[in-house]
Amino acid sequence: MSEHIVSKKVYFVIFGALIAGTLLTYVAALQDLDFIFHGANTVVALTIAVTKATLVVLYFMHVRYSTRLTWVIVAAGLFWLMIMFALTFSDYFSRGWLSYPR
Amino acid sequence: MEETLATPSETPRVNYLNARYGLKSWLLTKDHKRIALLYLGGVSLFFLLGGIYAMLIRIELLTPKGDLFQSQTYNKVFTQHGIIMVFFFLIPAIPAVLGNFLVPIMIGAKDLAFPRINLLSWYIYMLGGILTIWALLSGGVDTGWTFYVPYSTNFSNTYVVLAGLGVFVSGFSSILTGLNFIVTIHTMRAPGMTWFRLPLFIWSHYATSLIMILGTPVIAITVLLVALERIAHIGIFDPRLGGDPVLFQHMFWFYSHPAVYIMILPSMGVISELIANFSRKNIFGYSFVAFSSIAIAVFGFLVWGHHMFVSSQSIYAGMIFSFLSFAVAIPSAVKVFNWSATLFRGSVSYDTPMLYGLGLIGLFLIGGMTGLFLAAIGLDVHVTDTYFVVAHFHYVMVGGTLMGYLGGLHYWWPKISGRMYPESWGRFAALIIFVGFNLTFFPQFVVGYMGMPRRYHAYPDIPIWQVLNVMSTAGATILGFGMLIPMVYLIWSMRYGRAASANPWALPGLEWRTSSPPPTENFTVTPVVTWEAYEFAPPEELKVIGKLEPRDRADYPPDYPAYTES
Ligand code: HEM
Ligand SMILES: [Cu+2]
Repeated sequence: MSEHIVSKKVYFVIFGALIAGTLLTYVAALQDLDFIFHGANTVVALTIAVTKATLVVLYFMHVRYSTRLTWVIVAAGLFWLMIMFALTFSDYFSRGWLSYPR
Repeated sequence: MEETLATPSETPRVNYLNARYGLKSWLLTKDHKRIALLYLGGVSLFFLLGGIYAMLIRIELLTPKGDLFQSQTYNKVFTQHGIIMVFFFLIPAIPAVLGNFLVPIMIGAKDLAFPRINLLSWYIYMLGGILTIWALLSGGVDTGWTFYVPYSTNFSNTYVVLAGLGVFVSGFSSILTGLNFIVTIHTMRAPGMTWFRLPLFIWSHYATSLIMILGTPVIAITVLLVALERIAHIGIFDPRLGGDPVLFQHMFWFYSHPAVYIMILPSMGVISELIANFSRKNIFGYSFVAFSSIAIAVFGFLVWGHHMFVSSQSIYAGMIFSFLSFAVAIPSAVKVFNWSATLFRGSVSYDTPMLYGLGLIGLFLIGGMTGLFLAAIGLDVHVTDTYFVVAHFHYVMVGGTLMGYLGGLHYWWPKISGRMYPESWGRFAALIIFVGFNLTFFPQFVVGYMGMPRRYHAYPDIPIWQVLNVMSTAGATILGFGMLIPMVYLIWSMRYGRAASANPWALPGLEWRTSSPPPTENFTVTPVVTWEAYEFAPPEELKVIGKLEPRDRADYPPDYPAYTES
């Protein structure tokens, strides 16, 4: 395992970005963004959250400097998350399809 | 190659058990074998506790009236039975005890890749257990082991958060064990131990570890969300706040269906060892059995919705999940067929471990087949939340996992303890357990099909229902006594059992090529593997030697030529 030395500066910059993201989430939550399209608030919040998570994985967890095998593991984790989302949403999206006689 | 193997004459007097003494040498050990024994203590304790709850349930159901417990108390009893058995016995039992002990030895390694993390996993497990027991002592939980919302978030006034915390914490011990196994199997195999020479026990633990790593974080986050919802009403599951209670079921079963494979896969690994070794025959279709474990691990993640057919889940999603559930039964069936084919024309001996192995094939068959009944939506609507489901999962969890655990414990007991268990007591107990088990759970299929719901402390006064319940309670009593027998004689044998030779069963696997019990570093010399998995002596040689009675096995020449050369 080759150790990659990451300078403190990188950590502080990422930390700053995470704090900024948190504040941005807070500010965005106070605005009603529905005038853009319905549910825009959710999209904005999730985009910020995913960006932050990516930063943590790449820098704090050192994945950016890691071997291909590590990348494969990370990809597998994401793939499994996609499985969970895909099959869960197969429920939510198709719930309205069947019209019941009332 | 000969010189790499331990022969009984060179059995070292110092082994992992007597290398060091004192409490500290156990509590701070980094030896995977000692950690396995720590786990053995832990899971046995929880098994005993869970068993007491089981007996209480059965006594209550002896009569239709709820005369032993209030319904509230009964809810706590079955919940606590479920939580303890699932999270603190069935999930860790085989991987953390037998896997911990054997994975390094079977691949010819000195230890797991991360010995300290291994010890840490035991402490985390115990911490989770203590938190849960604390919840039980403070007043208990009554949500069912499934923690369904909105009951667990909005209505139950029992110790949901504390018990959930226990489950949350103990999950990390699974993750660490899985991580350790994967890294160890990838990087620490002895020279010559190629992937396709691995014993099937290792393949199934590899598959189990994948599930542990990929699935366990989801249950952790799910119980955490329940706790947050309960404490802070954040609105993930509460429709009034924009949440959805069915989302909980999706998240819970995304882990908990794969978790049933965490329980059964290691057991399948044990049984593959038992069937091949006690038939003295290479397993039929090695690579099919190996890859069916991986297939189960992967496809097991795609079927969770079969627990939700009546939850208001979309019928279209239900159809997908139903179809996929039928598909996942295929790799399980592959194993059952291949085990049976292995027995064909094998030189089968009926020692205690093999009795458990053969028992498992039959019981798992019934459990798995009734799983398919339940995976058919129409039939499931009829029997969901009845005793039919209870019977199904006990056939797979007790008939599958517990049988595999007991079989494996007996099979490797000489290696673990350095002593033989009393064979005739062993066979006797195995038969009692088999009979008791079937008497307990078969009537539940019938009464469940007739409509008796699960999770109630009382039932309508229908004579045949009571007859079936009395049978079940009688069976549970037999099963309970049956379970006590091995507990007694295994403990007895640690001191008074006959000393075991390095290879009491005369088998080729690596674990039988080091002394019993093994030295701390497992092998005095790094083994070089030059033989295939399950490479047995040709039948002519067996004929010359003749089939040995088990009582003679300990004196069996461990350097029997057919498996020390290749
Ligand atoms: C052959 C593959 C299997 C299939 C198709 C299958 C199918 C099912 C289905 C459809 C249910 C839901 C029934 C209902 O709630 O109405 C169920 C419940 C259950 N199964 Fe299986 N099963 C299989 C194997 C297993 C195995 C191997 C285990 C454990 C080792 C297991 C453990 C459980 C448990 C614990 C439940 C009940 C959970 C609860 O509601 O408390 N199953 N199974
Ligand atoms: Cu399932």
